[in-house]
Amino acid sequence: MIAPAVVLAAAAGYLLVLFLIAAWGDRRAAEGRSVIDSAGVYALSWGVYCTAWTYFGSVGRAATAGMWFLPIYLGPMLAMLVAWIVLRKMVRIARTYRITSIADFIAGRYGKSPGLAALVTLITVVGIVPYIALQLKAVEAGYLVLTGTGRQAAAAWWGDGALYVALALAAFAIIFGARHLDLAERHEGMVAAIAFESALKLVAFLGVGAFVTWGLFGGMADIWARAQAVPGLADLVRLDGPGPFDYAQWFALTGLSALSVLLLPRQFQVMVVECVDEAHIRRAAWIFPAYLLLINVFVLPIAIGGIIAFGAAGADPETFVLSLPLAHGAPALALLAYLGGLSAATGMLIVETVAVSTMVCNDLVMPGLLRFGLRGGGDLTRLILAIRRAAIVLVLMLGYLYFRVAGEAYALVSIGLISFAAVAQFGPSLLGGIYWRGGTRVGATAGLLGGFAVWIYTLMLPSVAKSGWIPDRFIAEGPFGIALLAPERLFGLTGLDALTHSLFWSLLVNIGLYVGLSLARAPTAREASQALLFVDVFRQGSAEPVFWRGRARLDDLRALAGRFLGPARAEAIFDEHAAARGVPVPDLVADARLVDRVERQIAGTVGTASARVMVASVAQEEPLSVEDVLEILNESSQLRGYARALEEKSQSLEEATGELRAANEALKSLDQLKDDFMSSVTHELRTPLTSIRALSEVMRDTPDIEPAERDEFLRIIVSETERLGRLVNQVLDLAKIESGHAEWHNTDVDLRAIVIDAGRATSELFRERGARLDLTLPDTVPTLRADPDRLTQVMLNLLSNAVKFVPTTAGRVEVRLVVEPDALVVEVEDNGPGVPAAEQATVFEKFRQGGDALTRPPGTGLGLPISRQIVDHLGGRMWLESESGRGACFAFRLPLQPGG
Amino acid sequence: MRREGRGPRAPALVALCCAGIVLFNFPMLAIWGQDATVLGLPLLPVALFGIWAGLVALLAFVSERDGG
Repeated sequence: MIAPAVVLAAAAGYLLVLFLIAAWGDRRAAEGRSVIDSAGVYALSWGVYCTAWTYFGSVGRAATAGMWFLPIYLGPMLAMLVAWIVLRKMVRIARTYRITSIADFIAGRYGKSPGLAALVTLITVVGIVPYIALQLKAVEAGYLVLTGTGRQAAAAWWGDGALYVALALAAFAIIFGARHLDLAERHEGMVAAIAFESALKLVAFLGVGAFVTWGLFGGMADIWARAQAVPGLADLVRLDGPGPFDYAQWFALTGLSALSVLLLPRQFQVMVVECVDEAHIRRAAWIFPAYLLLINVFVLPIAIGGIIAFGAAGADPETFVLSLPLAHGAPALALLAYLGGLSAATGMLIVETVAVSTMVCNDLVMPGLLRFGLRGGGDLTRLILAIRRAAIVLVLMLGYLYFRVAGEAYALVSIGLISFAAVAQFGPSLLGGIYWRGGTRVGATAGLLGGFAVWIYTLMLPSVAKSGWIPDRFIAEGPFGIALLAPERLFGLTGLDALTHSLFWSLLVNIGLYVGLSLARAPTAREASQALLFVDVFRQGSAEPVFWRGRARLDDLRALAGRFLGPARAEAIFDEHAAARGVPVPDLVADARLVDRVERQIAGTVGTASARVMVASVAQEEPLSVEDVLEILNESSQLRGYARALEEKSQSLEEATGELRAANEALKSLDQLKDDFMSSVTHELRTPLTSIRALSEVMRDTPDIEPAERDEFLRIIVSETERLGRLVNQVLDLAKIESGHAEWHNTDVDLRAIVIDAGRATSELFRERGARLDLTLPDTVPTLRADPDRLTQVMLNLLSNAVKFVPTTAGRVEVRLVVEPDALVVEVEDNGPGVPAAEQATVFEKFRQGGDALTRPPGTGLGLPISRQIVDHLGGRMWLESESGRGACFAFRLPLQPGG
Repeated sequence: MRREGRGPRAPALVALCCAGIVLFNFPMLAIWGQDATVLGLPLLPVALFGIWAGLVALLAFVSERDGG
């Protein structure tokens, strides 16, 4: 046993730590360095799903019913698999339309109906307040086990620890959940504290699990082996233990908890309202089920281990988490486990209270106040905050009262799943509402009312009766003895347990009315427009339609915003809007978009339904017809279409511009080439012309020139003229080939003969140079289809080119003709200086002669370009292999099949 | 949609969810419910926790792969 003072001090210290963490979280948020802006913290905050009911109750359930503790966690696992689809849509909708509670969400979807919001709030309060009571009971029960005191039946209310816990949590919720009207109704400090609580309860539970499994026993297998000896224990992990397995209930529990993990007010609060960034959902969706898996791994070992340790009639299985370490000499661990249970309870209490109080304030109290005379007046923000704080205290005190009144009653013990079944009623209208455009307000209201009524009749009333508060004869015999109406065997439906039975009937009625009435009557304009905004939330771009028509005065809107948001925030909204429009605030037009903006901001504070009522009160609105909705939608989709078309056009324009720019670049470089060519040609023409002119002038001006000298001059003139003629011919030739106007006389050509002829024709050149020409030819070669004169020209060019560069002594040129399977290759190799690597790339360009301009042999610089053009035209390729100082080898390759 | 966040593909998630529903319920549940032991532990809890862990792993894989 632990001294009460120690337990109380630990609990008080723990609550103090919570306050500190929350304060730290709020301060960091104010500094813009959010501590909860991570998928991990986000997922941990989802752990508020695990309440004291699961922390203590799971082991209890496992000890009596075996595997039945599991469906409550398997459902969330299944729901999380599609969280990225469903939850992200809910978050996007809530973020876009400033929705801050589940009542707001459903009411907003069905035409911002205040009645629907109130109904959802009512169902929540009825379903959740007992659940809050259950948490307080867990706090007290844990304390009693730890301190070893019995229940003090007559404890005065001022000596009641649970009351102080409730009050402390009310203070926490007020400070961190309703200190000011937040821009997005997010509470970073609270979420940070909740994440911490989730981490603590996991650590504490794992600690106890490890202690039991490896401290008290020799591992899980040992526990199991020893369990075989205890009668009845083996049945715990059998499906058909005591009786046939109830597959229907298993399925119902899984489905119910899958719905609850999205629809419980506290889950909606941490998952949707407190979501910092919807991208976190991706990772949180698998971290959260992993968290649930971890916190459940040791449930069975603790349960079975506890039964073995204490015997069948020992301690209450629900307190094994505390009593096992306590009874085996680990009071510190027991205290940690108690703090874990406390964290599970307080986490649930805080978030649930904040969520429910927001609903009570926005959807029950405010509409009433606004309807009855609160239309005038000044700043309402203080009043709203006061109401919200009062609602927090009220909700917690209601829970405390219920706990005091109900005590050990059946109605309290079984409330967990009964609460789940209550919020499951939101499923059809909420999930249907975000995927089905046809759902209407009447359908949703009737479905909720019907489902809620059936829930009360088949689940709530029997649980109240079993607590002995009302006569329970009607359960067995039916009201007024009508057996068909017996609440747990409605219309004679037997074979289902009470929960599955109730769930079946309530959801059947709920869905039936929702779908049936929605189909029976067409939605009004406002319902249709809200349906579009919700269902197509991912499709709205910048041109989001605003379904509002009418006239409003700017001053009225500013006054309204000031009343609900406070003057500072109201001004900020108008400034922002004015900046976006590019006009000063006084010149703003109170158009639909501005009205919509103001309404959304107010909705964040008092809920969509009240915001709608308030905006309508200051604006002269034209009632929208369904045709108007379609028209507005059409306009906005046209706008979207225009925007898209514009984007596409500018994109194609950009592409065209790019293409034009590239073409222009190509033209410019061609122009440059032409200029270079012209200047080269004129330069090449001028050199011989200059010498011809100079020599002619000398002869004209010198009548008595020596005959020998005159003959020499004339010889030079003739030679220069021949060179000119050759140059002009080659330029023309090249131009013709390049432009494709050259005439080609293709016949069957024997390349071997052409090589031999070319060698013979250049033999004089070789002789003059004192060089040797070696021909290496096969005996026969296949014939080519080509122009023999052009090929001769190529060979002559290559040979005369080669012979120019060979050294004056021991010059040697070798020509090899090689037959390849599909081509003929001619290589002309000399032993000259070779071509430097730098010039190899340009040697085939026009007028690029190899070597230094001073020392190179004469030539036009067009031979190689022409040769290459000819080979290219014949479908072949010409290249150069050379290393500087090792000679050069020009080669070309002609395919046997032209074009092949 | 340019504003859509990158994330796991919807069909993969729906398929996983369907697989989970089948594996956790009748008649597959009846298979896990047979009297057998795995490494000295009863089959039923081992199978349920194993499937659970497998689903978490697959969900993590799909989410992290497609999420970038």
